Amino acid sequence: MVGKVVTVTSGKGGVGKTTATANLGAALASQGDKVVCVDADIGLRNLDVVLGLENRIVYDLVDVVEGRCRLRQALIRDKRLPELFLIPAAQTRDKSAVSPSDMVRLCDELRQEFDWVLIDSPAGIERGFRNAIAPADIVLVVTNPEISAVRDADRIIGLIESEEKGPARLVINRVKPEMVRRGDMLSADDVLELLAVELIGLIPEDENVITSTNRGLPVALNGKSRAGQAFRNVSKRLRGEEVPFLELSEDGSIFGRLARLFRQGGN
Amino acid sequence: MQPTVQIKGIREGLLVILGEGDWENVQASFLEQVDQQTAFLKGARLTLDVGNHVLKAVDLGGLRDELSERGLNLWAVLSNSHTTEQTAQTLGLATRLSKPRLERETRPADTSVQSGEQAVLVHRTLRSGVSLKFAGHVIVIGDINPGAEVIASGDVVVWGRLRGMVHAGCEGNEDAMVCALDLAPIQLRIAGQIAITPQRRGKPQPEMARLKDGQVVAEAWSLKK
Repeated sequence: MVGKVVTVTSGKGGVGKTTATANLGAALASQGDKVVCVDADIGLRNLDVVLGLENRIVYDLVDVVEGRCRLRQALIRDKRLPELFLIPAAQTRDKSAVSPSDMVRLCDELRQEFDWVLIDSPAGIERGFRNAIAPADIVLVVTNPEISAVRDADRIIGLIESEEKGPARLVINRVKPEMVRRGDMLSADDVLELLAVELIGLIPEDENVITSTNRGLPVALNGKSRAGQAFRNVSKRLRGEEVPFLELSEDGSIFGRLARLFRQGGN
Repeated sequence: MQPTVQIKGIREGLLVILGEGDWENVQASFLEQVDQQTAFLKGARLTLDVGNHVLKAVDLGGLRDELSERGLNLWAVLSNSHTTEQTAQTLGLATRLSKPRLERETRPADTSVQSGEQAVLVHRTLRSGVSLKFAGHVIVIGDINPGAEVIASGDVVVWGRLRGMVHAGCEGNEDAMVCALDLAPIQLRIAGQIAITPQRRGKPQPEMARLKDGQVVAEAWSLKK
């Protein structure tokens, strides 16, 4: 068995790459797959915090690449999911500490042992991005329904195509159905019309994401969260299952809220 | 055997001229030369003249990574092949030095067209960050997205949505025109005139823009008698 390397990237910062990586990792692992998340954002690491594993770091990605430890020593097992692992980034170095071919070598090793290798890419289009993209089999581009994020996503998709890693698949994060309904926010269709790539995830804005990030507990493990449900759906699509996209429009209306209340009360 | 790699000092750093032959061999012998002179070359800013080699992103990207591992910074690629130039541009590398370089004695890539004007056909969508410059006409089958630009000395025809920036007749040709199935550029330039697209009115339709009395005017495209 050889695992797949999935790189999560965006171009623009702050659109939810790290959140998406952590949640996809948690969702895949909760379905029984063996998953490792690799934080490629050397110097600005975050993935460990979002997963709540910050205090367990001994060795990091740069230690592995520079041969100060064995790969196994840098793998941190998640506290809840026995199938989920993390390789943290170094905080005291920068992107130039690792080269694209180092990443390819590392991922080829990880592939032998894991079903999924998820790489959290840094923002930007420079060395860090090239490091993250070099070993990828599948590239997920995360964007928000905002012009600036979509513009950067377009650029990134172009770069992915020119590195021959495409076609990229798109995750639209932080969609506010109510604003879309009023015509104040780009809809998924608007974004797709411009970017012309396959949509794999549509994640609604959800306050649970912030609380769960602060607690270091991925929202994908929260059965009641809409965003968590959306991330679980993305993970299923990655596994090749056909899952319909969440009907977001109901979320805004009073009837939709009532309907959800009843449903939550019911189970 | 003649040496396939020449390294020269120029104002912009180092110029490396790669010879003809199988790309793998040329690249290997170049990297070997780099390895022999690491101390001299480390930290250098490299311009690569690849002549007639037609290179894809894997070739050029691979070489760039090899070089950056050796502490060399590849910033520009000079080439006789349009494909290679495009590859270099999509990888974010410059394709010309500040002053125009000397023409090579032969340009075999261009000999096929003897009469008529030069044109280039681009059969893909130009995404943000891509810049296409061409001395002649440009035909794009696909979209030009916001953040992409096309600069041509002749006409620009877009079989798709035009949302980026287009400059037609960039060398002052006031007869140049731009047409697109959906003409909604961020900015449109024809010769010396600059226009901004007005707010969209209704359904997109094919339009053609040209200069009329020194103004950029866009008209719906129809089969006129």
